[in-house]
Amino acid sequence: MSTISAVAAHDDHHGPEKGLLRWVKTTNHKDIGTLYLWFAFSMLLLGGAFAMGIRAELLHPGLQLMDPQFFNQLTTMHGLIMVFGAIMPAFVGLANWLIPMMVGAPDMALPRLNNWSFWVLPFAGAILLSTFFMEGGAPAFGWTFYAPLSTTFAPDSTDFFIFAIHLLGFSSIMGAINIIATVLNMKAPEMRLMDMPLFVWTWLITSFLLIGAMPVLAGAVTMMLTDRNFGTAFFDATGGGDPVMFQHIFWFFGHPEVYIMILPAFGVISHILPTFARKPLFGYASMVYATASIAFLSYIVWAHHMFLTGMPVAGELYFMYATMLIAVPTGVKVFNWVATIWKGSMTFETPMLWALSFVILFTIGGFSGLMLGIVPADIQYHDTYFVVAHFHYVLVTGALWGIIAAVFYWLPKWTGKMYNETLGKIHFWWAMISVNVVFFPQHFLGLAGMPRRIPDYSLQFADFNYISSIGGFAFGLSFVLFAYIVVDCIRNGKPADSRPWYSAKGLEWTLSSPAPYHSFNTPPTRAEILEESQHS
Amino acid sequence: MERKKITKGFWIKLVSIPILMFFFAFALVPIYEVLCEITGFNGTTGRVEAEQQYEVNEERLVTVSFFASTMPGFPVQFGPKVNSIEVVPGKFYTVSYVAKNNTDEIVFGQAIPSVAPTDAALHFKKLECFCFVRQEFKPNEEVEMALRFVIEPEMEERIKDVSLSYNFFKLDS
Repeated sequence: MSTISAVAAHDDHHGPEKGLLRWVKTTNHKDIGTLYLWFAFSMLLLGGAFAMGIRAELLHPGLQLMDPQFFNQLTTMHGLIMVFGAIMPAFVGLANWLIPMMVGAPDMALPRLNNWSFWVLPFAGAILLSTFFMEGGAPAFGWTFYAPLSTTFAPDSTDFFIFAIHLLGFSSIMGAINIIATVLNMKAPEMRLMDMPLFVWTWLITSFLLIGAMPVLAGAVTMMLTDRNFGTAFFDATGGGDPVMFQHIFWFFGHPEVYIMILPAFGVISHILPTFARKPLFGYASMVYATASIAFLSYIVWAHHMFLTGMPVAGELYFMYATMLIAVPTGVKVFNWVATIWKGSMTFETPMLWALSFVILFTIGGFSGLMLGIVPADIQYHDTYFVVAHFHYVLVTGALWGIIAAVFYWLPKWTGKMYNETLGKIHFWWAMISVNVVFFPQHFLGLAGMPRRIPDYSLQFADFNYISSIGGFAFGLSFVLFAYIVVDCIRNGKPADSRPWYSAKGLEWTLSSPAPYHSFNTPPTRAEILEESQHS
Repeated sequence: MERKKITKGFWIKLVSIPILMFFFAFALVPIYEVLCEITGFNGTTGRVEAEQQYEVNEERLVTVSFFASTMPGFPVQFGPKVNSIEVVPGKFYTVSYVAKNNTDEIVFGQAIPSVAPTDAALHFKKLECFCFVRQEFKPNEEVEMALRFVIEPEMEERIKDVSLSYNFFKLDS
């Protein structure tokens, strides 16, 4: 650690290693970022395939394709794979690629740990997925794995699930430690904290959420493990434990977790909107403070997921008001984005389309979140499709939209090639329309009382489910086109300029495209940093 | 300008956060228990060691309803002898539950109580209860199990109905 400057001095002698072992042994942040992103994309397709199974079963009322137990395995694994396998690794991949370039650092602070954080993931994913082939099947208790469903009444494969969660948590914590160390210590000496681009800021804050929340999840699954195998009774009422306490511990992790999945997307959007509106970001400092406030508040609102567990009125009131309070900093961000594009000279390239639809659709998800935060309303909405619609609006059209926007925005920098703009636009509109066909009707289903995690439903829900399923298949198919666009860009794309987006700001655009294997061996100067800063 | 060196203290601070948070998850267990006892969250009931004298207002009446349930697979029939009684806060009452083991084997069980509403749980005190200890049910035997309780007069006036429920869990021994 004390030899960073010495390492930087001899770095330019070698490029990437030849052959496949390059990817196994690499400590280069760009290689590892690429690995993370491809891993996340393959998990996205897999989790998407599970979702196709769910939607196929829900196409018509009655049981057609699978027994309810397998349906429950699909909903559980869809949630787990998407959260821990797709969204989180994709953001870590973006962080790996972008943060060192954005802060003018030669690499991440802990390159070997970085390699390890990634290579834990495929094994954790394989362990988790192998449960499908075990006796009793995969975990079927929902991604929230409430006790005692996950302790007393769960299949034996649950112990593999627990181990997989431990590994995934370990990977995330190591990744977060690496990012904090990189941002705080490796950024260009001339770069002050309030010079940092917003993607770096949001990821720094996310990292603190990760090291605060993921260990609590590790604690929760450890308690499950000892309850299941070693005779403890943390969640077992007969032994003096309490199953409701599981929910408290789980959501103490779970609520920060949802902000872990959205804050980096906020950062991405704050880069794209100024570029294509040709105006500096409105309210840079307030964006930073709003992100920090959201992160702080996320730790003290967890019980709004549990209004139906029999909480005292005072507790319900507190958690309701604290939840409403999150709308304030989130509103600051949304209004800042709108003010950024206000009277801007906008053009609508693919990344901008994704970013604009993020602002609209994420805000819809935020509003349905406010509705769910109201205690008397939540009693009606709890565990219905309204909740499903809500969190898919914030996680698909929020987190995933941010990731896709980032991919289109920085793809020229990563590959040195330009993607096909026409195909990009077709893909956007295809996904944008179909995603609303999937999830918007689910609001109505939920309000009408359709429960979630059920493979069959009453006849009055048939029409909306049919529409939702058709939209689901179309949305699933759109990712085939997405894969084609990316591969086509890498293989046949026209060479991209070092700054392919006119008026894009940021140190990463001062590097050639594709970004050289080693960058910023000499840190950028104060003048360069100010020239490339998002705000003036 | 030279890049900053990362000090040992920085690493120690950084790595200690996740380690502390891991143990914090376990610390939540006693914190949660204490919180339940102080506030009556989850309908946690209190206990008194001896009969105390309370100020009694004979005019005030509260209806206490008794409920019973068993976990799936618990082979003992279990229910209250009377479904509800009217009590005066501050006075001690004894009621009983009846249980019948329908099998030819000895069954062990533990009853877990819960009082609703939560605001009443805090003032629902038990002097004697079959839920204090593990119960042993002999084959095909019917037993009456006693419960002696008091509702403290400090309970808010607006609460007119209190319900007490027991859920029986099977124990292995």
